[in-house]
Amino acid sequence: MSEALVITSGKGGVGKTTTCANLGVALASLGHKVVLVDADIGLRNLDVVMGLENRIVYDLVDVVEGFCRLRQALVKDKRLEGLYLLPAAQTKDKTAVTPEQMRNLINELKEGHDYVLVDCPAGIEQGFRNAVAGADKAIIVTTPEMSAVRDADRIIGLLEASGFDRPKLIINRIKPKMVARGDMMDIDEIIDLLAIDLIGVVPDDEYIVVSTNRGEPAVLANSSKAGEAFRNIARRIRGETVPFMDLTESETFWERIKKFIKL
Amino acid sequence: MLGLFGKKEQQSKEVAKERLRLVLMQDRLSLAPHTMEQMKDAVIVAISRFVEIDPHGIELSWKDSERKRALVASIPVISVKRGASRDD
Repeated sequence: MSEALVITSGKGGVGKTTTCANLGVALASLGHKVVLVDADIGLRNLDVVMGLENRIVYDLVDVVEGFCRLRQALVKDKRLEGLYLLPAAQTKDKTAVTPEQMRNLINELKEGHDYVLVDCPAGIEQGFRNAVAGADKAIIVTTPEMSAVRDADRIIGLLEASGFDRPKLIINRIKPKMVARGDMMDIDEIIDLLAIDLIGVVPDDEYIVVSTNRGEPAVLANSSKAGEAFRNIARRIRGETVPFMDLTESETFWERIKKFIKL
Repeated sequence: MLGLFGKKEQQSKEVAKERLRLVLMQDRLSLAPHTMEQMKDAVIVAISRFVEIDPHGIELSWKDSERKRALVASIPVISVKRGASRDD
């Protein structure tokens, strides 16, 4: 049984592409056949995050317009067996494909893969409508900031209106220290506001920048906290029950002293 | 966090939560302009069964109080239709 998941958020820059890349790598390393679809036509980035930018020959629009066959456009990841990328076109825009064409494309991809992960562009316009067409389930990425949570709420409303059953939430870039001192909303508060099921929490991790610089998703590095969080999410997508990471950070001795002095 | 002189300042996440709660409420309840127009037309049809109204004078708007949002309608009535009350 194969499944198409769209990774979406509304707001840009919250980590959709990073999430998509890492979940793809994690699912593939669990032995699944996975294809990542970059639906951000005109602003593609999944290729660079995956480190596959130099191997692109054809893209999604070429497939839709019939310039090549679907298999010719798939870029094979050399690190993991069964992992592929369908890159977006860079010189076209969102109107180059229709939701109907996307639906057909996703259905075709589902035939040969266990998971089809669609990286959705920011916004709620045609790019969004294209990316969600054909997806069976939706994962919403947000960060603990007001603007991201607000946009996530909008997206949840739009997804539910278009028939998605219970989208799942990833809260990205949690900073435990800021949560501890009351300067960042915590997980429970965000879930409470959005009234949605949580599928993962990813701590803020400098290594993500390093991994993007290198084109090697953090999941490939054992020491990365964010990578570990993404591996857990991948297992939850498979239906496993995995406990959430403990991200509460106790105050250091020095922080306690500072607090004491201020009292 | 407590300030130097012991004056308690609200945690910024509490501020964010409260602001978000209100903003989400507004976002969730707001309707697209054409939906408002459709609702207006439906209201005109419904009320016109009982009273004669001035359809051009109708005003529909949202009124926000601290935690709730109300739909406020101002409908100029020209006359009460005869026999309207005998319907039921």
